[in-house]
Amino acid sequence: MKMITAIIKPFKLDDVREALSDLGVEGMTVVDVKGFGRQRGHTELYRGAEYQVDFIPKIKLEIATRSENVDRLIEVITSVGSTGKIGDGKIFVYDLEQIVRIRTGELDDEAI
Amino acid sequence: MENTVLELKFALDTFYFLVSGILVMWMAAGFAMLEAGLVRSKNTTEILTKNVALYAIACTMFLLVGYNIMYVDNAEGGFIPSLGALIGTQAEGADHSLESDFFFQVVFVATAMSIVSGAVAERMKLWSFLIFTVVLTGFIYPLEGYWTWGGGFLSELGFVDFAGSGIVHMAGAAAALAGVILLGARKGKYGKKGEIYPIPGSNLPLATLGTFILWMGWFGFNGGSQLLLSDMENASAIGKIMVNTNAAAGAGAIAALLVCKLQWGKADLTMVLNGALAGLVVITADPASPSPVLSLLLGALGGSLVVFSIVMLDKLKIDDPVGAISVHGVCGILGLLLVPISNADATIVKQLIGIACIFSFVFIASFVTWMIIKKTMGIRVGEEEELNGMDQHDCGVDAYPEFVSMRN
Repeated sequence: MKMITAIIKPFKLDDVREALSDLGVEGMTVVDVKGFGRQRGHTELYRGAEYQVDFIPKIKLEIATRSENVDRLIEVITSVGSTGKIGDGKIFVYDLEQIVRIRTGELDDEAI
Repeated sequence: MENTVLELKFALDTFYFLVSGILVMWMAAGFAMLEAGLVRSKNTTEILTKNVALYAIACTMFLLVGYNIMYVDNAEGGFIPSLGALIGTQAEGADHSLESDFFFQVVFVATAMSIVSGAVAERMKLWSFLIFTVVLTGFIYPLEGYWTWGGGFLSELGFVDFAGSGIVHMAGAAAALAGVILLGARKGKYGKKGEIYPIPGSNLPLATLGTFILWMGWFGFNGGSQLLLSDMENASAIGKIMVNTNAAAGAGAIAALLVCKLQWGKADLTMVLNGALAGLVVITADPASPSPVLSLLLGALGGSLVVFSIVMLDKLKIDDPVGAISVHGVCGILGLLLVPISNADATIVKQLIGIACIFSFVFIASFVTWMIIKKTMGIRVGEEEELNGMDQHDCGVDAYPEFVSMRN
């Protein structure tokens, strides 16, 4: 089992969620996050003084999935979540040791 | 028949005073929303507490001693008013009821004090602020108010301040400036090398609502200051005052908008809000004399000046989170100096004397008062309280407690 963590542009969330649902993904966790990468921040203006905003709002998706599905999910997130401009985000994949469904106590593949 | 007409005039003028007073009272809500919007969310409950408490204290102090000091049994043309308590007795042949006059005057005191709370926001101790409120609204304001509106030496001199550009707005700003100088800037406002870090307000919708409420209340502030409504001359004057007040506010906002766009390429909302208020403060010195077109120009001058004044005070390390000193102080002075353009009774020298007397007295009296409070109980919150926000420390509750866990 793998845990996929994807950082994407906030306005891409609906498209990515729809595309993943079409693939049969049945659950995900979404968090509002802030951060920076190569895009860096931007400057804003308040009462005549400019200031640097270092952290830009992004969406973080977390999806637990069977190992064999990882490549397809990555492909969909990359193609749907891309704008071709800097700041499109990143995908991280981790090994997942155990999953437990709290209601029933089911484990691992059963609990995805 | 004639008696009935006189009684009707009395009733109408009293009614007009009361309604105008209610409009000015509503400006307390405007200041509260403007300030709540321009501070950070961690200081919101505290600034709102200050706003409601200062209004209450101002009304109480002015009832107990302030009105008496400002208006009752004073010498014509004097410097020192008589000390006394409560509001006196109804004069024979007055145009309106004594209570309606008190009610209209009392809400002006609260306005002057509201100006102070914004400038010292986010770092002034709650209880020290409230003690200063007692002194300003009970004694400092009534004394300088007597000089012009109570028949003191400035009114004899011929100083013109129709609705209080100087007596209310510049006076509030002078008290605020004294406080800010003794208090110092908010933590994080200036870097080690003196670089300026803006501290954006937490809720611009509230700041905008507050500005509109002030704009609305100002029709009572300026319109009511005509004092009488019940004949053609006064009624026409009030119509003109309303038009001029509105025109100056609009022109102030437009001017600030254009200056920001030209200067930085952006429409800086909080500057536009200050621009509208600056136009209002400028026209307050004499909304009855200029033509509507001249009012537009006067308001635009205020709206332009306020933008540069805010940037300049920032550079001088006078940290004023809401721009109160620029809006009410700098533009109050501008308004008073512009009066002679349209009012033949005023001269620039007399206006300057009035400005100097009111400003220096209120500034020095406030400075001494703040200093005594600073030496005894302190005026600034501790570093940790400032970092964590004053809501937790002084009030015990956050204004926006989104992450409080819910129990069934």
